[in-house]
Amino acid sequence: MTVLRPGPIAVALAALVAVFLLMPLVAVIPVSFTPTRYLSVPEGELSLRHYRALIENPAWASGAWLSIRIGIVASLVATGLALLFSLGIWMMQPRFAGLLMGIALLPMVAPPVVSALTLYFFLISLSKVNGFIAYDTWAGVAMAHAIMIAPFAVVLITVALSQVDRRIDLAARSMGAGLWTRIFRVILPNIRFGILTAFFLTFVLSWEEIGVTLFITSVNAVTLPRLMWMGLRDNIDPAIAAISVVLMTIVVLVVLTRTAIERRRGKDRG
Amino acid sequence: MNPASRLLLLIGPLLLFLAAAYLVPFLGVMRWSVTLPEPGFGQYRAALGDPLVLSVFARTLRICAIVTVLSVTMAYVITLLWVRGGPAQRTVVELCILIPFWISVLTRAFGWLALLSNKGLINGWLEALGILSEPLTLVRNEFGVIVGMTHYLIPFAVFPLASSMRTVDERVLMAARGMGASRMRIFWQIFVPMTKPGILGAALVVFVFALGFFVTPAILGGGRSVMVAELIYLRIFQSPNWGLGAAISVILMVGVGLLLALLMRQVRQGGAR
Repeated sequence: MTVLRPGPIAVALAALVAVFLLMPLVAVIPVSFTPTRYLSVPEGELSLRHYRALIENPAWASGAWLSIRIGIVASLVATGLALLFSLGIWMMQPRFAGLLMGIALLPMVAPPVVSALTLYFFLISLSKVNGFIAYDTWAGVAMAHAIMIAPFAVVLITVALSQVDRRIDLAARSMGAGLWTRIFRVILPNIRFGILTAFFLTFVLSWEEIGVTLFITSVNAVTLPRLMWMGLRDNIDPAIAAISVVLMTIVVLVVLTRTAIERRRGKDRG
Repeated sequence: MNPASRLLLLIGPLLLFLAAAYLVPFLGVMRWSVTLPEPGFGQYRAALGDPLVLSVFARTLRICAIVTVLSVTMAYVITLLWVRGGPAQRTVVELCILIPFWISVLTRAFGWLALLSNKGLINGWLEALGILSEPLTLVRNEFGVIVGMTHYLIPFAVFPLASSMRTVDERVLMAARGMGASRMRIFWQIFVPMTKPGILGAALVVFVFALGFFVTPAILGGGRSVMVAELIYLRIFQSPNWGLGAAISVILMVGVGLLLALLMRQVRQGGAR
């Protein structure tokens, strides 16, 4: 690594990019302490009124709770189905595996607006036959999210499976293990980290999902991002800054903890 | 249990779920492009003959091209430090990439509103410094859209770039150094060409993502610089012409499909090397 170590110019340019990346995140912080009711930078006096609004207005808590529930259901469904699918592809290596994979990944690669339209019309027609999995219900949103996030789980679990040594599965099989023994006793223990990662990532994707949610909800199933969207479109509400600061704090804490753990692990290994 | 039914048992549930709740309705919506209001290709002729639709396509392609160049360039600069910098630099850069990556698109768009709007931080500073008397219009126009999208897409360009920079063979660089090449020459004539597959991959990923963008342009464009995704939304919900909306969706899908095919070829060639 002695050749082409970044010189001062490269470091300076990278620092500019880093500033560009962090600038809008930092800018949210002062705005969240503004004493006014519109988007502004506080001059002198700081106020916690927008943080108080988050607590006093029950819409925020119920939005967050709805998003958590939808996220857990959607990511459980998506990870479960994706796990079965990826196991099937890996163990049986069927013909047309590429085509099947393509179908499974379609919601990830199609433009979100096209998926949103599709799911909107599908949920509208479901509304005519039931009131549970329907337009503007939590179960309808969870179903739509499960479809949108399942491809990500498929990708992560397939990557985890590709690192498993096929010979251990062959050994189990030659010693007479059945399908479920091979899956539960041999393969799953080897990819449990991949499954957990898939569950975590799909939960976060559902928690943040707005592109599709926007189309399939109106006034009942108001998730947290949907609530933020409403405050962003017309009159910009500084409460958005306050909720953003709260959400960013969570992300920063999680990322910092993860980095710290990885560094410590790296040091332990020497 | 025979192998075929085992296979169905495993891969069946996801495929069935996707087919029933996504694929079939998806094809249903696509079909409108040739059936509404009457059977035939009238909607495609209308879409491709409508100056408004064409101008939206042109704007979308222009914005996507600018955003792709900007975000891949900026991602290259920061990835270079991430892959080849010292340990402390690597940690800092990693945080600068991962933190924005995990933060919601809404928060990031809001941050740009706070910075760029007429009463925002940047206009405030420029006025306080006496450089400006009138606020600059930085948002609710194409500039705001480009800035917001570039910011959103940089992390997505970083990952393919990083993986291609990591495969660069150190010995080639050392050989060049041994033969007396300057740092600049090693970088521009050896390192950059060797990471070309990563640059192309990153550009394709960013371009495909940018084509279908809805949320960021809707917030930062303020309804003025409409892109394809928002146009589809308008044709379906605001001034309903479902056939036209579906036709534009099909055109967008075909474009995305072609780019993805290109990306797959790129990935396969990269793997074969």
